[in-house]
Amino acid sequence: MQIQPILAALRHHKAGTVLIALQIALTLAIVCNALFIIHQRLSHLSEPTGIDEANVFVIGSQWAGRQTEPQIDAQIQADLVALRQLPAVRDAAPANSYPLRGGGWDNFVMMKPDQVQKTTDAAVYLSDTHLLDTLGLKLIAGRNFRPDEIEPMGMRDSKAPPVAIVTKALADKLYPDGSALGKSFYTMSTTPTTIIGIVERLQRQEVDSWSRDFAYQAMLWPRRLDMSFGTYYIVRAKPGELATAMREAPKALLAQSRMRVIDPKDGVLSFAEIRHRAYDSDRGTAILMGIICAVLLVITGAGIIGLTSFWVGQRRKQIGIRRALGATRHDILRYFQTENLLIAGAGVVLGAVFAVGLNLWMMRQLAMDRMPLLYVLAGVVVLLLLGQGAVFAPARRASRVSPVEATRSV
Amino acid sequence: MFAYYLDLAIRSLRRNPALTALMVVAIGFGVAASMITYSVFRAVSGNPIPDKSAQLFTPQIDSWGPQQNLQGEPPQALNYVDAMALMHAQVAKRQTLLYPVQLSLMPGGSRSLPLKAEGYAVYGDFFPMFEVPFQYGSGWSAAQDENRAPVIVLSEEFNRKLFGDASSIGREINLDGHDYRIVGVTRHWDPVPRFYSLFGSSGFEEPADFYLPFTRALDLQIDTAGNNSCRQAIAMHGWNDWLRSDCVWITPWVELDDATDVARYRNFLQGYSADQQRAGRFGWPPNVRLRDVTQWMAYMHVVPPESRVSLMVSLGFFLICLVNTVGLLLAKFMRKSGEIGVRRALGASRREIYVQFLIEAGTVGLAGGLLGLLLTAVGVSGVGLLFRPEIARLAHVDLSLVALTLAVAVAATVIAAFYPSWRAAHVQPAWHLRSN
Repeated sequence: MQIQPILAALRHHKAGTVLIALQIALTLAIVCNALFIIHQRLSHLSEPTGIDEANVFVIGSQWAGRQTEPQIDAQIQADLVALRQLPAVRDAAPANSYPLRGGGWDNFVMMKPDQVQKTTDAAVYLSDTHLLDTLGLKLIAGRNFRPDEIEPMGMRDSKAPPVAIVTKALADKLYPDGSALGKSFYTMSTTPTTIIGIVERLQRQEVDSWSRDFAYQAMLWPRRLDMSFGTYYIVRAKPGELATAMREAPKALLAQSRMRVIDPKDGVLSFAEIRHRAYDSDRGTAILMGIICAVLLVITGAGIIGLTSFWVGQRRKQIGIRRALGATRHDILRYFQTENLLIAGAGVVLGAVFAVGLNLWMMRQLAMDRMPLLYVLAGVVVLLLLGQGAVFAPARRASRVSPVEATRSV
Repeated sequence: MFAYYLDLAIRSLRRNPALTALMVVAIGFGVAASMITYSVFRAVSGNPIPDKSAQLFTPQIDSWGPQQNLQGEPPQALNYVDAMALMHAQVAKRQTLLYPVQLSLMPGGSRSLPLKAEGYAVYGDFFPMFEVPFQYGSGWSAAQDENRAPVIVLSEEFNRKLFGDASSIGREINLDGHDYRIVGVTRHWDPVPRFYSLFGSSGFEEPADFYLPFTRALDLQIDTAGNNSCRQAIAMHGWNDWLRSDCVWITPWVELDDATDVARYRNFLQGYSADQQRAGRFGWPPNVRLRDVTQWMAYMHVVPPESRVSLMVSLGFFLICLVNTVGLLLAKFMRKSGEIGVRRALGASRREIYVQFLIEAGTVGLAGGLLGLLLTAVGVSGVGLLFRPEIARLAHVDLSLVALTLAVAVAATVIAAFYPSWRAAHVQPAWHLRSN
């Protein structure tokens, strides 16, 4: 197949050629950036939290009426006894927050008491000896809290506890050589906190971009936080009894005391719902990008079909002449396919530049990450295939033009 | 003449139904994607208080110092000490401090269970500053602020929930065991984004239920339901330690009428910080900011990034649909070269050819716009799938969006048709007549 005559013919269709190439280029730029966004969003979606998500649910209980901190503490303990007694419940723990809640307590961590700049950040979960079992966390070193280490803590008390359990991510950050167990750190306090246990994995309360550098860095304090406005109870149902436990638990709490608000809308949330809420904007963006990609590819494909059909219609006479001069059907088919390959090739080269440019712009304007070139490569392949696929029908129609056409005047 | 051209256009479009459908669908999808994402974007990026956004400012004071502040920027809220100092100085025409609170309405009447209520602790100036509209009564006075009066303003929605639509002025409600006398009921008031309380909040929450005096809330030691951000490693024990700490949690707002007032206030902030440095409270030179509503929203990144990305990608998508349309229109118009040649030879001017093809394109644009309108309506109703519920609730189709959809579709298609029409108008009549 000779390229020269194709280029010569294209020179007569400058505008059409440029438009198809431009469309392919823009499509490539949008599609690979959109695919990159989709992949990024979806990869967060499947990040594990480290907890037994299938059986865990959370109750938010807001107190009604002002109570003193000792009163609140007594109420929390009574509530926990009631929850743990339920037949469908395996275990329950008090908490100031929970993974994927969307925000919560976060502390700076330092290695020395007089250190000014933080070493890193960690999410702070306050609970009792039941938290490990309730969340189903895997303790990979050290031990759980002892009951005598658990103390109540007021909302505006800032003293860090003498002992804490940390996640492996935090332990490795503080002591990269793996010697964290038994060592200590300072967390916005002049007194040290000793690491008595390390759990394999526990996600933070929020998964926003600001906290990405601190992902999975969390610590557990042996403290019941007596917040004046309310508390959370994390409950782990026995396998298969989540629905029952979610129905019974709020009733048990209301039987304990009616002076509380368990929001009818989001007071009791299964972990599946919590995960759904935490990632809803990620999921939404991925869906939107997916729809746009799909429609875009269809429209670009259809556009190629449309323009090529027009060209075929325009060149029926020339095709007839070529056929009459001995070109086979296959030659004609190949002609249009090569022509499309040339145009699409120019388009994807331009498109690759656009794609990288768009990504750079989005990195600057919208704090996006750098797109690996693999996406551009994948996009190039997809668009070349799309071009070939789209051109096939009109090209085949062209190949069926009879040599007799050469003798007709239009 | 217009009717004739329209007739020609429709005839021409009907000759190639597949091509026409493709153009209409492309325009429809392109404009719909843009409009759906735009409807969200305009809701999240709009100016919540257009006539006063240049007069309302939130002062920031660096109470953390260069080692602990936000990469050179002061904290995004004030600690109690600085907040009270600003409030007592009364340098601005109007000023308020505020923080979000969450309380429970105690059972009473037919309600056997308490009810959650969310609101703000504010000063009396809050209502005139932010132009809060009232259904009944009004806000409270500076004297009542001073006297730490147990008064409260309810929102229209919360008042309806408790008292029907009747005036509740003078009645008492009990929140967490304390009685408050209702002095005002606002009309529906929900500035979006909620510019005045962005510290630890996205700015898109459900509207507030009530407003109570800041001074009263402090007397009752009502905790903030919002963010509380601390730096130093101090041993803090209880409420009073917290008030003295470097923890920031209070958002201040001041109303300043003109550039002179703004300069004066900036000087005051600078002077206050310098005083603190001299007194040894701050170990660093003054570092203050005075941002107005728009600057504050930009600094706090109120517009969610996904909303911006979606709009950008949708606009790119629309652009491609237009390029597609240019190509298809070009093909379509050039196919009629012979016909154009005949018309030109019979005396039609280039202008007439131009107008004829632009009308044809406009017809495609209108059809695409109608399809786009349909798709936009479907898309906006399903926008909950794409955006967080608190943001999705803001997207809606209104008359301006309908008009915009149609206008954009027609205008964009007509612009896209300029080049193909120009080519059509420049067809050489003689050449085409000869070859026929």
